[in-house]
Amino acid sequence: MKTFEYTITDPVGIHARPAGLLVKEVKKYTSTVTVAKGEKAVNALKLMALMGLGIKQGETVKVTVEGADEDAAAAGIEAFFKANL
Amino acid sequence: MISIQGKGVSTGIAIGPLYFYQRAKSEIVRATVKNAEKEWERFKASQEKAIEQLGKLADKAREEAGDEAALLFETHQLMAEDLDYEEAIQGLIEEEFLNAEAAVSDVCAQFAEMFASMDDPYMQARAADVKDVSSRIISILTGAVQGGIDSDVPVILAADDLAPSETVQLDKSKILGFITEGGSGSSHTAILARTMGIPAIIGVGDQIKKEYEGREVIIDGTKGQIIVDSDDNTRKVMLAKLEEQKKTREMLEKLKGLENKTKDGQTIRIYCNIGSPDDVAPVLGNDAGGIGLFRSEFLYLNCDDYPTEDYQFEAYKKVLSDMGDKEVVIRTLDIGADKQIGYFDLPKEENPAMGNRALRICLNRPEIFRTQLRALYRASAFGHLCIMFPMVTSVWEVREAKKMCERVKAELTAEGKAFSNDVQIGIMIETPAAAVMSDRLAKEVDFFSCGTNDLTQYTLACDRQNADLGRFFNPHHPAVLRLLKMVCDNAHKNGIWVGICGELGADLSLTDTFLSIGIDELSVSPRAVLPLRQKVRDTNVAQVRDEVLSSLLGDKTQLS
Repeated sequence: MKTFEYTITDPVGIHARPAGLLVKEVKKYTSTVTVAKGEKAVNALKLMALMGLGIKQGETVKVTVEGADEDAAAAGIEAFFKANL
Repeated sequence: MISIQGKGVSTGIAIGPLYFYQRAKSEIVRATVKNAEKEWERFKASQEKAIEQLGKLADKAREEAGDEAALLFETHQLMAEDLDYEEAIQGLIEEEFLNAEAAVSDVCAQFAEMFASMDDPYMQARAADVKDVSSRIISILTGAVQGGIDSDVPVILAADDLAPSETVQLDKSKILGFITEGGSGSSHTAILARTMGIPAIIGVGDQIKKEYEGREVIIDGTKGQIIVDSDDNTRKVMLAKLEEQKKTREMLEKLKGLENKTKDGQTIRIYCNIGSPDDVAPVLGNDAGGIGLFRSEFLYLNCDDYPTEDYQFEAYKKVLSDMGDKEVVIRTLDIGADKQIGYFDLPKEENPAMGNRALRICLNRPEIFRTQLRALYRASAFGHLCIMFPMVTSVWEVREAKKMCERVKAELTAEGKAFSNDVQIGIMIETPAAAVMSDRLAKEVDFFSCGTNDLTQYTLACDRQNADLGRFFNPHHPAVLRLLKMVCDNAHKNGIWVGICGELGADLSLTDTFLSIGIDELSVSPRAVLPLRQKVRDTNVAQVRDEVLSSLLGDKTQLS
């Protein structure tokens, strides 16, 4: 299992389009990816749940990656966060 | 061969199969199903089809406007296949034996509510996305047709009459011409047909029968004639006319790049009326000098909820940047009367044409107005914007609207957002009150644009939607023309320009009159630009002015 934390810098937070892009990124891997804000954690394949977290600029999320390709997935997804969020 | 006579409201000839407009069923029937497994399969099949449709839309958007534009549809795709969404629907079908349509509708409401209750206005607006996706799936389930036309080839579209919200959603590439049972020359179908440059015939009543569907029809918008199953001879004549029509177009093509200048050197600007950012292509294609009326209503008609500032900004920005340094007059929200929108929740009125509409709504509900003005001013940085307020009757209304503009500019300055300092502000002259008060109103604004459809309706107390009033609804009535002259004189006395953005602008029998009274700009449908240019170039104002003015003001006036 791999985890990393990331603080959102995008002024609008994880809104629909980046959430959609994130789901597409996560789909590239077989690992299970969850995104947590505080106590609430959701499967990163679930677009609407992800949007439902209402993650805003300045908030920190904890991303957990677990599965066969977790190393590659964690690296890829972390890079995605840095580039897009 | 069957020949039907109607009223031609947009000229030209078209030949193609007849197709009746299919209206989406809005009501969702709730039912209990016996076989939940089969119902679930029905849902899955519709979901798959929705995802496929969205994929096609994404491809089209990518081709036309790039990856960013495609992303919206791709996000909708992800919503349609969202696991939580799907599971909730599955639960209702398999555990409560609910039919698929009702299950989608219930789950849609649930997710829309989740977004609507978030504390972020952006996320709240996403409720509209869930609804959009769900209604797509429901339409597939109920067999309703998105956009009203389910045909692989372009058709002659028949309908009772089309509401504005229906016309904006039509797949324009599939329409060769229009036939409507009711309607009038200034109805939205007629206006759309003229913008698209295709023929339209209205008021055919029950002569156009459902059984003709799929058969070849020929329509002649100039004569108002419809022919079903034409004989060889007629077909040959009509094809020859179609050929002639093409030749005339080719001749007009040669006018591109030339000035709108009369023989004695008077010039007039010829601009276009448009209803959506997609209409810019025909505007430039017909060599118009600018946009004299961009009806912003389409933004509101296209949405299930108030369009956000960013959404509006993108649309205005697109038109302004596509038009480059040419003037673009954008009219602020003009709904009410014959253009109703559900989410505005306007109470039903006895007499909506004289009711809560256009600028009145904006002044009564400043939050809606503010959003639009912010979007407009932000977009002003990308082109040459003129803002126009509709349905003005008093000076105070204009002052109040201008105050809103100043407030919005101050906000944007404080936020460090860019906008142009050269935005002109103008008003529509479409009420007799505004025409009579035009000397005072001219001191408040940078330009006037006369909306002749409403000005005629209000001056003559004649409902323009009522087909039975045809001969009483006369925009050539001297009362209307005298008001136009008065407005023109008052504008020029105060050093501002005046245009006409109603249908009358394209009426070639009045071009002499407009040039004689000194109208500065005519805004017409794209197809009318070049014929109008030809007419202007053929006119010698000095030779006609006296005649025109004496017939307008003197004894010669025909009191029609």
